[in-house]
Amino acid sequence: MNRRTLMATAALGLGLAFGGSADAAGMDKVKACFVYVGPVGDGGWTYQHDQGRLAVIEAFGDKVDASTFQENVPEGADAERVLTQMALSGCNIIFTTSFGYMDATNAVAAKFPDVKFEHATGYKRDSDNVSTYGARFYEGRAVIGTIAGRMTKSNKIGYIASFPIPEVIRGINSTFLHAKKVNPDVTLSVVWAYTWFDPAKEADAAKALIEQGVDVIVQHTDSTAPLAEAAKTARVIGFGQASDMAAYKPSPRVSSIIDNWAPYYVKRVGALLDGSYAQVDSWEGISAGEVEIGEITDAVPAEVKAEAEALRDAIGAGTYHPFTGPINKQDGTAWLADGATAPDGDLLGMNFYVEGIVGDIPQ
Amino acid sequence: MLILEKRPSPSQFWTYTTPILAVILTMIAGGALFALLGKDPVVAIRTIFWDPLFGEFAFYLRGQLLVKAGPLILIAVGLSLGFRAGIWNIGAEGQYIIGAIFGAGVGLAVFPTESRWIFPVMIAAGAFGGWLWAMIPAILKTRFNTNEILVSLMLVYVAQTILSKAATGFLRNPQGMGFPGSRNFSSYPAARNVELISGTGMHWGVVAAFIAVIAAYVLLQRHILGFQIKLAGQAPRAARFAGVPPTRLVVMCMGISGALAGLAGMFEVSGPAGQISIDFASGYGFTAIIVAFLGRLNPLGILLAGLVMALTYVGGEMASTNLGLPSAAVQAFQGMLLFFLLAVDLLSNYRIRFMKGRAA
Amino acid sequence: MDFGGINPAVLVASLMVASVPIMLAAIGELVVEKAGVLNLGVEGMMIMGAICGFISAVQTGSPVLGFIGGAVGAAALALVFAVLTQVLQANQVATGLALTLFGLGLSSLMGQGYVGIKPPLTGQVPFGPLADIPVLGRILFSHDPMVYVSIAIIAAVWAVLKFSRMGLILRAVGENHDAAHSLGYKVTRIRILAILFGGAMAGLGGAYLSLVRVPQWTDGITAGAGWIALAIVVFASWKPWRVLLGAYLFGGISVLQLNLQAAGARIPVEYLSMSPYLITILVLVIMSSGKGRASMNAPAALGQNFHTAR
Repeated sequence: MNRRTLMATAALGLGLAFGGSADAAGMDKVKACFVYVGPVGDGGWTYQHDQGRLAVIEAFGDKVDASTFQENVPEGADAERVLTQMALSGCNIIFTTSFGYMDATNAVAAKFPDVKFEHATGYKRDSDNVSTYGARFYEGRAVIGTIAGRMTKSNKIGYIASFPIPEVIRGINSTFLHAKKVNPDVTLSVVWAYTWFDPAKEADAAKALIEQGVDVIVQHTDSTAPLAEAAKTARVIGFGQASDMAAYKPSPRVSSIIDNWAPYYVKRVGALLDGSYAQVDSWEGISAGEVEIGEITDAVPAEVKAEAEALRDAIGAGTYHPFTGPINKQDGTAWLADGATAPDGDLLGMNFYVEGIVGDIPQ
Repeated sequence: MLILEKRPSPSQFWTYTTPILAVILTMIAGGALFALLGKDPVVAIRTIFWDPLFGEFAFYLRGQLLVKAGPLILIAVGLSLGFRAGIWNIGAEGQYIIGAIFGAGVGLAVFPTESRWIFPVMIAAGAFGGWLWAMIPAILKTRFNTNEILVSLMLVYVAQTILSKAATGFLRNPQGMGFPGSRNFSSYPAARNVELISGTGMHWGVVAAFIAVIAAYVLLQRHILGFQIKLAGQAPRAARFAGVPPTRLVVMCMGISGALAGLAGMFEVSGPAGQISIDFASGYGFTAIIVAFLGRLNPLGILLAGLVMALTYVGGEMASTNLGLPSAAVQAFQGMLLFFLLAVDLLSNYRIRFMKGRAA
Repeated sequence: MDFGGINPAVLVASLMVASVPIMLAAIGELVVEKAGVLNLGVEGMMIMGAICGFISAVQTGSPVLGFIGGAVGAAALALVFAVLTQVLQANQVATGLALTLFGLGLSSLMGQGYVGIKPPLTGQVPFGPLADIPVLGRILFSHDPMVYVSIAIIAAVWAVLKFSRMGLILRAVGENHDAAHSLGYKVTRIRILAILFGGAMAGLGGAYLSLVRVPQWTDGITAGAGWIALAIVVFASWKPWRVLLGAYLFGGISVLQLNLQAAGARIPVEYLSMSPYLITILVLVIMSSGKGRASMNAPAALGQNFHTAR
């Protein structure tokens, strides 16, 4: 017997045995499994995904078995093996929480058509049991960019960026646009760390920026090291990234961008339970609660806090889009006309700085 | 008073028994470690060693063992030749990366042409890339007497930076929406490293590993180079008197190990890993060093050692998912395995005696 | 007085701080190698020092106890290496590598519950008005205690090796262990003590990373610093003061490349991040070629196991 057929049959059999009937009438019990790229204790990206998993357990009680997760899974062949094992052991829905799992997710999804796969921050959906989801982090960047622009005394904002991918460039552009809107003299220095999580490197990058005179640090890396470094110098502030990083309140952490995956995870597992599950490509932001702004502390003056909160509410209500024209590209060519908002396509493939940012995106 | 007395020649019995003894000791110590972490030691050990071979999902996992063991064996065979001669190529990881970049680069450069020749050319390119990277420490050692351990190691970091640049720059997928990572080879049939027998995990890299084991065995037993390698390792002065050219030995050993490591990288990138990404290098180059020692620097031993190591990887992963055992525990476990092997190794070279009187 | 937007006094002060971990690990390894042992497990010992130091500091609330804990933890791991190579006659290169692997795994296990925690803060040494002197004040008087301790250790090692009887015996053991043995010196014991010292120093260096530099615990926090320390020993031709120079050079390049980026210099980032390693290779080549003096300075018995026939 062909191995592939054997596996698929086994999966189907196990799926039926554990998962109840997997047809449009909903399921009695769902086994939800999670694949993490880092450790749950990282206090950042993976931690927030795990919080989402815990929210699923809380929301559905014993209708859901969300106890299976695997952390520190490297991308590539190992990811494929872990996903296959999970599918074989009866998972009904598997959340793969890193961009790098894209090919592995699609490859395994093709072999297990009855298992649902949810891939974070990806764009490939080769079979109809693969959905992709992300969050509009740039909306959060707009709010903290406003706070940064208002709070900086040296007019220098430092940005610790990870990799030159559209998501990071979006964040840089959104932060800069909104800082400049409230403070036309502001400049942005970007240091590329080429890592998502490396506290030593992030601390060094923060130190280098502070030595250059920066007094606001914005980061797209996941550890608390930049905040720890900022804490060593009195006048420097920063923001929590991916999670609240509350240990550094009230300063230097004056606010934060929190990834809240709970609403999405609960929604998707719920859809499996009640039979309304369908393939999606989800990209929600503040309005759906997926991007939250952490408490703005008293280190921020009241009128700045009010301004930031008003902006957050406007974005959440849909009355303001962070990328609203007139905006030009860094080389001066026009991108958005006056009043026009950026289409999602432009945002997803963003590979240019906006006008006013000095420096090149590494190629 | 325990005295160590050197044996005139290594004991045959102990040479074969020590690896088994080391594995058993590791199981015991590892079990104790797992118990300390609050996991049932017997279940954990069984999950790591038994389940992948005979357990519930073994039909799938047995193939995965070959996937994991293939590159380890391929690299370790190359390293063992150098280690025997006292030439320490610690930078196999860097050679693995450069071989992958060369192989993938050649393949992607001619995308999407289909031709029977693309894969063989990629193989040659991968081997060449690894060989080239190993030549740097080799030439520096022969010309300038620079320590090859440090140079090859520094080059690992340089290779990782080049990998980063490849994934985000010159090998990045033009249709990838700006994300890092090259095109995936699963969508390029002519350049793909396919499974020869589906479901067994046996891809061309595994085949290459088997060939390498046989070739190394023959080299060591029959070829003059093999003799020179063994001589240089066991009796350096005798080797000098016998006219073994040290330069040639260094270049050949580094070159072979570099080429094999590069091959492993190329097979991995066009097969299981699928693409050049920033995290492509998963430490095979360093683990292969352990495999080489675990296999007593003998090609057949390395074959078995590679499979045992793969077992700890695959089984360890299962233990992680099913028992919640931290993945770091598996790494510590592998380190312990090498420690125990090195410790019991003395039994094959020394005899233990009980003697009265003062020690040295 | 800025060059391209970078203040040299601030840069020098930064590099002094950045080089402390590798300086400590390197001076420890220098002593070990002077005794004739090649310990490639520096990376493993450093990271054990990092986690043990972190745990001690967090549990006791005292950074001093943290550093001591780091030194002790790393020395304990070094003891395993010592027993394996000196008593059980294992191959030094392989054992060192095993030490690194085991240290990385064990430290990660021990650190499972400590990710993301803030350690007690190590303050700066209060030099008062001295710290306000322009340029020199920033460079010399505004550091935490370990910066000064590390320089003091280098001075102490230099003095002991050069002037004291203990240093002479150590060097003798490293040059020709058979001759030293026939003179009645306990080669094995001396080497074990040297290995323990090397472990303690590496541990201090690692603890510095997790308690001061970052300061936090993460898996793999050392990121290859142990290997750099090994290179620095060769670069320094096994001379203590050159270790200081090597550590500053290496630390300086790493700090410089980040500062250049932050200042907006147009040099491609990847080449900058490669540069410390390439420069190390270049320096190694120069050191070992040339008049061949560096290779003559290596302890003659380096890497060879000592065993007496009975």
